Amino acid sequence: MKVQLFVTCLGENFLPHMLQKMVEILERIGVSCEFPEGQTCCGQPYFNSGFQKEGQKMALLWMKAFADAEGYIVAPSGSCVEFVKHRYPAMFPEGTAEHEEALKVAARVFEFSQFLVNILKVTDLGASFPHRVACHSPCHLTRGLGVREEQKLLLRAVRGLDLVPLNEEETCCGFGGIFSVVYPEVSMAMMEAKVRNIMAGAAEYVVVSEPGCLINIRGGLQKMKANIQAMHLIDILATGGAA
Amino acid sequence: MVAATQKSARTALLKRAEVVGEFGEERWQQLRRAGHDLRLHALTHLDSYLAMAEEKVIAAGGHVHWARDAEEVHRIVLDIASQHSVHKIVKVKSMVTEEIELNHVLEDQGIKVYETDLGEFIVQLAGQRPSHITAPALHMTKEEIADLFCEKLKVKAEPDPKLLTEIARKLLREEFLNAGMGISGGNFLIAETGTLVLVTNEGNGRMCTSLPPVHVAIVGIEKIIPDWESAAVMLKLLARSVSGSKITAYNTFITGVREGGPREFHLVLLDNGRTRILKDEVARETLMCIRCGACMNTCPVYNQVGGHAYGAVYPGPIGSILTPQLIGTRTAGGLAFASTLCGACSEICPVMIPIPEILLHLRRRYIEGDEFESSSVPETLKVIVKASRYVMGSPTLYRLAGRLGKTLQTPLRSGDWIPTMPAPLDRWTMSRPFPALQGDFRRWWKTQTKQDISGEKSHE
Repeated sequence: MKVQLFVTCLGENFLPHMLQKMVEILERIGVSCEFPEGQTCCGQPYFNSGFQKEGQKMALLWMKAFADAEGYIVAPSGSCVEFVKHRYPAMFPEGTAEHEEALKVAARVFEFSQFLVNILKVTDLGASFPHRVACHSPCHLTRGLGVREEQKLLLRAVRGLDLVPLNEEETCCGFGGIFSVVYPEVSMAMMEAKVRNIMAGAAEYVVVSEPGCLINIRGGLQKMKANIQAMHLIDILATGGAA
Repeated sequence: MVAATQKSARTALLKRAEVVGEFGEERWQQLRRAGHDLRLHALTHLDSYLAMAEEKVIAAGGHVHWARDAEEVHRIVLDIASQHSVHKIVKVKSMVTEEIELNHVLEDQGIKVYETDLGEFIVQLAGQRPSHITAPALHMTKEEIADLFCEKLKVKAEPDPKLLTEIARKLLREEFLNAGMGISGGNFLIAETGTLVLVTNEGNGRMCTSLPPVHVAIVGIEKIIPDWESAAVMLKLLARSVSGSKITAYNTFITGVREGGPREFHLVLLDNGRTRILKDEVARETLMCIRCGACMNTCPVYNQVGGHAYGAVYPGPIGSILTPQLIGTRTAGGLAFASTLCGACSEICPVMIPIPEILLHLRRRYIEGDEFESSSVPETLKVIVKASRYVMGSPTLYRLAGRLGKTLQTPLRSGDWIPTMPAPLDRWTMSRPFPALQGDFRRWWKTQTKQDISGEKSHE
């Protein structure tokens, strides 16, 4: 099977090592990866800030980058995937060529855990991570895409991993894209509430499988000097890889 | 204040989850869908249902008034009050009367107004506005309320909800009997019989609408529902969403003038911007709201800032979409940005209002302008954003910008983090460090691909 990597702008610029691990995991289970080099950002930051026209232009460029590449499109972000899956088709009027194109890419795009569990039907990647791990449920992955159990199925299959509960795991961490700079005080209060919940549990690590939220929560843990590390699900699934 | 808000909101959510669980998830989703469909149907046939309600109310001996805006309601209510020489008014909790600031106008005319819902009574005494649409004093602790009673009512008050309620009840009992007029809002208006539906938990609604000789009900035109069957659906959704009850304690149905009730019944139907909202196909679903307050209870932003921080009558997620539409995005457009788009509100909403969708619609109105309002931001901002989009949209410039960023960040960098960023990203770093730009995925990818071609690794 062949997939097109949708690395996302936050992933590419801030989490390149996680992306490398994503490629390694996929190749290890026999999925061959391709990288459409014309991709940059899906346009969500523009569209969601009210600059819808600019967002549409970004969407057209993104679709052009992926149009000729075959197969599933896989990203390590529920938010970017949801944007392409739900927003792209809604952004262009029905009956237009753009709308048709948007429907096509929307049907092909999947978030990483969603792709593994629901498309490939894989839950055990042979990873080993003997630690206590909590799992945050990112908003757009959970409520946007309805991906609620997939991450946990993958984590439960990891050798030695002890999945511990996280209080209010589905509550937003306060990132919210532009929200974090328009209302920084509120964003901080929400992030601190999230970090306090993480610290109140028994976890040594917390899984945050959304680049924006990961940057936010990781920064928060750093600031609050917590002895807990935030990781992308991919970082854990790539460990001890002897599949 | 925030702690009190969070505690009450959490309690309400837990109770709601329990009764919804009992009801059954699948049945609940069907009920929400039914509620959504019938509210939308009523809104898209508002003209005929309102005419039907008017006819029925008049046939039942009531008076019907149409008010375009707040001022028209003020005039109508003051006229009725002067006809009956009213000096005291008792009120049922009503958000629409908050919206039109009715109490101030009445009090300016020397009429004494008593809020009779306990929460409203408390915020009125404190000189505040409600911080939540169904639990107006949710931001206050029982200790604060006891202090307030001691100070304003000159009584000895213990921080015990039961005793505090006794104090308010004793005082209000007198006023129910003395008042010349009762004012209420309306939870619903049933078109087929012209019946006003009032839902209260304390029984004050019945006292206000049966003891005084005149009852004036002020109802937003969007509160109409077609028939009694619809009312059954809506009441099930409302009670569970508000307080986690299967049914609210008092459900009062009033059709015109009835024996033993007030001599006069006036229904004031208020527009105040609602028909304008109705014209907007995306945003009109805002008007489906049944004012349950569940979106506030679940909203992580509301839970951090409390209701008063919204600076408007309607707080929380619903307020963030309603307020900019009622008073204009130029004035209140900032509220459309007061959300992380986390979607908790639309997931809990009993009538499935797509709140994040409408927030995006209003953000666009604020930034770009649309057929309803022109843009509220300076052209320079648009030029800057357009230029940034040009860079982000070109793979070459995008990669160059990434490389440039890596050079520029060097003096700011401390390990993997940048503790302080220049404006506007200093608004990020005031709360947590910014991550340093890392590595080069594209370069890594190229070396990978070369290895593949040289046969070291297979992509098959």
